[in-house]
Amino acid sequence: MQELNSSNFDAVVLQSSSPVLIDFWAPWCGPCKMMAPTIEAYGSEHPEVLVVKVNVDDAPDLAQRYNVLSIPTFIVMKGGAVVEQFAGAMTKDVLAERVARHL
Amino acid sequence: MQNVVIIGSGPAGYTAAIYAARANLSPTMIAGLQPGGQLTLTSDVENWPGEADGVLGPELMEKLKKQALRFGTEFIDDVVVEVIGTSSPFTIKTATRSIQSKAVIIATGASAMWLGVPGEERLQGKGVSACATCDGFFFRGKEIVVVGGGDTAMEEATFLTRFANKVTIVHRREDFRASKIMIDKAKNNPKIELVMNTTIEEILGDNHVTGLRTRNVVSGEDGSIACDGIFMAIGHKPNTAIFKGLIDLDEKGYIMLPSRSTATNIPGIFACGDVADHIYRQAVTAAGTGCMAALDAERWIESQE
Repeated sequence: MQELNSSNFDAVVLQSSSPVLIDFWAPWCGPCKMMAPTIEAYGSEHPEVLVVKVNVDDAPDLAQRYNVLSIPTFIVMKGGAVVEQFAGAMTKDVLAERVARHL
Repeated sequence: MQNVVIIGSGPAGYTAAIYAARANLSPTMIAGLQPGGQLTLTSDVENWPGEADGVLGPELMEKLKKQALRFGTEFIDDVVVEVIGTSSPFTIKTATRSIQSKAVIIATGASAMWLGVPGEERLQGKGVSACATCDGFFFRGKEIVVVGGGDTAMEEATFLTRFANKVTIVHRREDFRASKIMIDKAKNNPKIELVMNTTIEEILGDNHVTGLRTRNVVSGEDGSIACDGIFMAIGHKPNTAIFKGLIDLDEKGYIMLPSRSTATNIPGIFACGDVADHIYRQAVTAAGTGCMAALDAERWIESQE
């Protein structure tokens, strides 16, 4: 899974032809760690969605740009625009359902 | 047919899994909404016996998971929505699965309570939080309110001063429930202000929290506090909603254990950890009762054969 930062985020996410799911996380965040295998599994089951991660320690500017005030935060983007933003731990089914609304 | 299904994945659930797995019961664990439980929301755990230098909550839970898996626990990342049956075998249902089991161990723990005021739900993840260690980072140089009067409120407020310029503890009573040492620590912190006898009536903000509408419970006067974030530390409630009507609960919703064991009112269903304990609520007591539940379940299954 691709880890993005300020230098490559725009090129990868804003130019993506497929919908993008972004996982904002940090190594010191327990729920983020617990969600990692869920995101990983979701990504391999949904090749139609580009799944990427942003470590807020490395890219606080991206967290600020998207008004991330809690992690894990998940953002779904289509054509460079945010279509869904939600926070907290959840199951893969719930995550898949929230992304599927925008596919 | 499974021998035992463990619902929940905190210290109680994992300890039950380690013991049940080592007893060759091949337990199945259904992790629940917050895999790893409440310890994943904490930072340093200094009172887990054996961890002389302290351990990070999420790290401790990863170790417990690894240990449970090593002995053959089947781990399912799903959420139980219903347990059916007043006698064994029981049916444990998630949104997509249905599992039959001889015995069930409930280890669903407790979750942070919310205020239930207007604006709270809408602004969750946008300045309303119940996890200081997760979200404090985003409030560097900002002003924060912590709601509550117990040790958790004092601890979180003190932790949040690492990031925030100012932390206001808002408590609805005159006296704090917290221990003296914790209150003194908060009082002596120049970044912390204490506001007593005050309730929060509404959380304000469009895209993120900008302030609170408050009321002084003594004078009855309305007030307001400008802030960028609000952190809940007003206690916990047991996660027992799905067991109502099946398992006997006390008036606060905790599972009642009528005998000196982990047996509930339904033979074959056992409970351990915070879901059945509103007194001690420690990682190590949860683990202790998790061990008891596995031993109780093992003996009960044997007695049925």
